[in-house]
Amino acid sequence: MRYVKFRGIDYLTDNESNWIELCNIINERKNNFMDTQLNMEERLWDYIDGLSSMKERSAIDKLIETNLEWKNKYKELLEAHQLMISGDLDEPSMRFTKTVMEEIAKYHVAPATRTYINKKIIWGIGSFFIIVIVGFLIYALSQINYADATTPKILNEYNNTMNKVDWSKFFSSTYTNIFMGINVILGLMMLDIYLTRKRQQHKEA
Amino acid sequence: MHTGLTDTEIISRVLKGDQQAYAQIVERYKNYIFTLTLRMVDNREDAEEISQDIFIKAYRSLADFRGESKFSTWLYTITRTSCITFLRKKKLDTTSIDNEKTYIQVESRESGFKANTIEQKSKHAMVNEAIRMLSPDDAQVITLFYKGEQTLEEIGNVLGLDSNTVKVKLYRARQRLKEKMEKYFSHEVREIQGN
Repeated sequence: MRYVKFRGIDYLTDNESNWIELCNIINERKNNFMDTQLNMEERLWDYIDGLSSMKERSAIDKLIETNLEWKNKYKELLEAHQLMISGDLDEPSMRFTKTVMEEIAKYHVAPATRTYINKKIIWGIGSFFIIVIVGFLIYALSQINYADATTPKILNEYNNTMNKVDWSKFFSSTYTNIFMGINVILGLMMLDIYLTRKRQQHKEA
Repeated sequence: MHTGLTDTEIISRVLKGDQQAYAQIVERYKNYIFTLTLRMVDNREDAEEISQDIFIKAYRSLADFRGESKFSTWLYTITRTSCITFLRKKKLDTTSIDNEKTYIQVESRESGFKANTIEQKSKHAMVNEAIRMLSPDDAQVITLFYKGEQTLEEIGNVLGLDSNTVKVKLYRARQRLKEKMEKYFSHEVREIQGN
């Protein structure tokens, strides 16, 4: 900052490092100036958009009144804002509304999604699968012989444990038939819902 | 014709079976939706067709509008989905649009402007032209904020962004708009100011 006091450039010729320092100061001031400009614009846009706090608004009000730079920038941004607000929108062809109305005459308003999606059914299906998974886990864990848990090699332990699970009990024809039967019933229910919805849509069209 | 009714009132009439009331909704929002669509697809014919589809889709799903947001916000979600679907069909992803198409757009418009320098453009027309030169993302944010009268939160909800990000996007979009204005219309602006 000491170069501010310099009356003439001759002082700088004494030492090369002085020149470097001067360049740094100039760059710093240039960056500060640009930051201030950006900050000013951002604050003014917030002010114009009504996003500033009350305290900020009164501070900017004062700045606009007292500072010519702020006043000019405000005018410029306000004009841009008003132009964007009052600008015309593009217009489609004259027949636009008529075409839309002719098209929608072929349709009816579809029932609201929430009326045909029965949450109870979704919860029911979800619960069923959770129960099946939990059942599997409980059954599998109950088959583990924890007395052998001291076996040093984890892989061997795992293999031993898996070998001890009585899979024939689990995949007996009775269990498999019940499981498959429930799935078939659920599948048929889903197909029925899907086809009913399709038939309704077809009727509406 | 039903005049002076709010969107909600018109919608409830339509839902009760007064199909013709929907014409008021179309009249009210056709320019807004057409502008948004045009700024995404940049072709009047395509934009018109997509806009018509948007109003038809909106009519069909009108029962799903629960009034939790502005009707214009809800309509914009349909617009955005429809435009993205259209662009995907044309095998143009949004990022390539941001870069390549805008560049081509600007290039072609630049030559157009040079040919039309004698023609005096109004400031509004210039702003509209400059908005069209922006990337679809920038143009959307500006249009939603200024024409759709959407708040930053509402825009954020539709775009899946938080309001601060929308604010930054809006600020940057305005900066880029200013750059376009200065680059392509500085001559016209000076002429207008001189008159």
